[in-house]
Amino acid sequence: MADHSSSVFSQIARAPEDPILGVTVAYNKDSDTSKLNLGVGAYRTEEGKPLVLNVVRQAEQKLVNDPSRVKEYLPIVGLADFNKGSAKLIFGADSPAIQENRVTTVQCLSGTGSLRVGGEFLAKHYYEKTVYIPSPTWGNHPKIFTLAGLSVKTYRYYDPATRGLDFQGLLEDLGNAPTGAIVLLHACAHNPTGVDPTLDQWEQIRKLMRSKGLLPFFDSAYQGFASGSLDADAQSVRMFVADGGECFAAQSYAKNMGLYGERVGALSIVCKTADVASRVESQLKLVIRPMYSSPPLHGASIVATILKDSNLYNEWTVELKAMADRIISMRKQLLEALQARGTPGDWTHIIKQIGMFTFTGLNAEQVAFMTREYHIYMTSDGLENQHGWSKFKDCTSSCGCYACCCYPCCVNKHVLLET
Amino acid sequence: MCYLIQMASVSLPSIALSATRSFQDKRKDKTKSGCLFKSAFFGNKKQPLSMETQSHGRVTMAVATNTSRFDNITMAPPDPILGVSEAFKADTSEMKLNLGVGAYRTEELKPYVLKVVKKAENLMLERGENKEYLPIEGLAAFNKATAELLFGADNPILHQQRVATIQGLSGTGSLRVAAALIERYFPGAQVLISSPTWGNHKNIFNDARVPWSEYRYYDPKTVGLDYEGMIADIKAAPEGSFVLLHGCAHNPTGIDPTLEQWEKIADVIQEKNHIPFFDVAYQGFASGSLDEDASSVRLFAARGMELLVAQSYSKNLGLYAERVGAINVLCSSADAAVRVKSQLKRIARPMYSNPPVHGARIVANVVGNPDFFNEWKEEMEMMAGRIKSVRQKLYDNLSAKDKSGKDWSFVLKQIGMFSFTGLNKAQSDNMTDKWHVYMTKDGRISLAGLSAAKCEYLADAIIDSYHNVS
Repeated sequence: MADHSSSVFSQIARAPEDPILGVTVAYNKDSDTSKLNLGVGAYRTEEGKPLVLNVVRQAEQKLVNDPSRVKEYLPIVGLADFNKGSAKLIFGADSPAIQENRVTTVQCLSGTGSLRVGGEFLAKHYYEKTVYIPSPTWGNHPKIFTLAGLSVKTYRYYDPATRGLDFQGLLEDLGNAPTGAIVLLHACAHNPTGVDPTLDQWEQIRKLMRSKGLLPFFDSAYQGFASGSLDADAQSVRMFVADGGECFAAQSYAKNMGLYGERVGALSIVCKTADVASRVESQLKLVIRPMYSSPPLHGASIVATILKDSNLYNEWTVELKAMADRIISMRKQLLEALQARGTPGDWTHIIKQIGMFTFTGLNAEQVAFMTREYHIYMTSDGLENQHGWSKFKDCTSSCGCYACCCYPCCVNKHVLLET
Repeated sequence: MCYLIQMASVSLPSIALSATRSFQDKRKDKTKSGCLFKSAFFGNKKQPLSMETQSHGRVTMAVATNTSRFDNITMAPPDPILGVSEAFKADTSEMKLNLGVGAYRTEELKPYVLKVVKKAENLMLERGENKEYLPIEGLAAFNKATAELLFGADNPILHQQRVATIQGLSGTGSLRVAAALIERYFPGAQVLISSPTWGNHKNIFNDARVPWSEYRYYDPKTVGLDYEGMIADIKAAPEGSFVLLHGCAHNPTGIDPTLEQWEKIADVIQEKNHIPFFDVAYQGFASGSLDEDASSVRLFAARGMELLVAQSYSKNLGLYAERVGAINVLCSSADAAVRVKSQLKRIARPMYSNPPVHGARIVANVVGNPDFFNEWKEEMEMMAGRIKSVRQKLYDNLSAKDKSGKDWSFVLKQIGMFSFTGLNKAQSDNMTDKWHVYMTKDGRISLAGLSAAKCEYLADAIIDSYHNVS
């Protein structure tokens, strides 16, 4: 009956696995017991296990026990309490922009969804269709904006020589951007480098951007995760709101509330006036409705429950700080172990960088070596996830220790190959 | 507000004229809110930019003016379907009735969470499931259960691994991902949609930049299917078009082809090398039987045809807000299915990365557990049964109260949540303005929102609007 040789899909080629999520696919296939997954940005405990926060479990219990809860469609813009709470979280509860009703906040599918909806809105309604993204940036950024209908350019960000910020390059490139261009900024804990501007540098960036009418589009995926303080990690965003100007902010609760798979996030647009904000919101709905109609209820309900309850909120800040602190301590321990083994090179960037990730400075060949020889999985740009390192603490001096042995091995081998 | 000092040029995408009149119309609407010529250097106040100061006193260089970049964005109208519920909420009349959105209500007109869903959720909480990212294609157990539910667990096509299934954001999200696949790999191909169809279909294809055109479907004279018109229009479409078909319980008309008609529709689709694209949002809700409601899809699959199916669990598992659904692509070979699945993932990743876990776990637990599955079937029959019984009661009241001799039997012949009353916009407005009955302007009422107690009132409203308003 079916002619299996002919298909309307015959011209469709097989796509490669996603460069980030595909790392986990490969890791799952590996049967070696000492394997280590340092690919995707998902927090792990000291025992290497996923973590569901206590406050999240408590919130879920509350929700399940509430007999009045139903599963009716949320409004297109999502759960109202969630939206209000999210805006306060990022902009500050006393933000004049919120008090003046100049902010529209819509619930979206985590960070990705918020960026995509924001991008599609801009492609439809904003005259400047170019978005500047830092080099490097999260692998999914260029794809999101391109498919949203924008064209993507880069601005210098990471300096491999210093393993820090190429601040002059950044200022030059943004200075050369056309007036009104959109600029993607990582609010904190830059992904993948872990390199953040200082507050002084943020102020200079702000001045430059405002002088050129550049439109800031913040990606805030790690609020609370970088320093351990929710407020400190929102400083960059708040600076831009304080000057009365407009900006976009995409928020994700994937990491800081551990809600990864629930896909919870928000897009906020800070406008000049309340009237503009309400018109913008009405147009955001026209972007969302043909994409997925309305957002998912469960994760947003958990967030709203936690944000509204001061006990749960406080507990959350404590759990969040503990996660951030564990990462900071992992960084220290990794650096100490590398130094103790006399690994060639300067590895202090590991403690200077901030957040979940370390840009190791390893190249694609060295990463492949790590995976082949040591079953350590990371993305081939040398980006590894800090809190997956817990295993190395148990290692013994010689071959049992992966993290500390393989770096020197890897770097030395590479050096040998070169000579 | 534009900051350019040159005219922003607005360009329309180049798309085949014949098929996209609505796309172009929509584009024209967009250009109204597109950028107009405004000088950045003078803003609204005609002051040189360098003289502008910030409200907090700091003098900066040439700076963002006091007007917004988005100043010329117009207020969008409320969604024609979801906006109905908003209007209903605002209405203070005691008599008000919400027959707008297709969401099941109990006889007491309360939302309904299925017992089996509550059981599944409790089980999930007890187990202490984690919240790790799902793979881009979603929960494997969900995808397996979903394809089995749709095609039948013992369907050979599943053994042959010819179905690419990825979890999507309910029906809308699944349609959108499929539309993106069409746009990317079948450039220029049209989607044929029924006239009328669910209001959001056009928006989805417009935003995905897929051209569409309509095939005749509803015959207002018979209040039934315009079968000849449908066949003719499908035949007339360019070869290799996608034909969007409602698997069962057509939305908004409630009119479904018979099995014989489905066979003929499949014939003409095969003749023209078209690709069937099913929207299955009501499996189980039409007849009360999950298998029976999938018979159109299974008929096409049995003929060896390649096809797409967007599925939703919003209604049949009452999971509306959890946004659970799937896109299935039945291919002629396992190899094609692998390739198609990889490209569906490539589309999903820059849209939302991976789908939400909660609703998918509920489905996997219910559909994958024989006891829960049987309980579900019972609740499904109960919900569909209540709708059938209010149909009957509405019909009885209409026939009894309307002395004009008009034939109201279409109410009984239509199937699923909705009834297409045949009321026009003015008459629908009368329903709302005079009788506080909320419905969509195409004359569709959702019987899922009707109680037996309100049937008489509704009958009065319909009779009044039909006869006294034109």
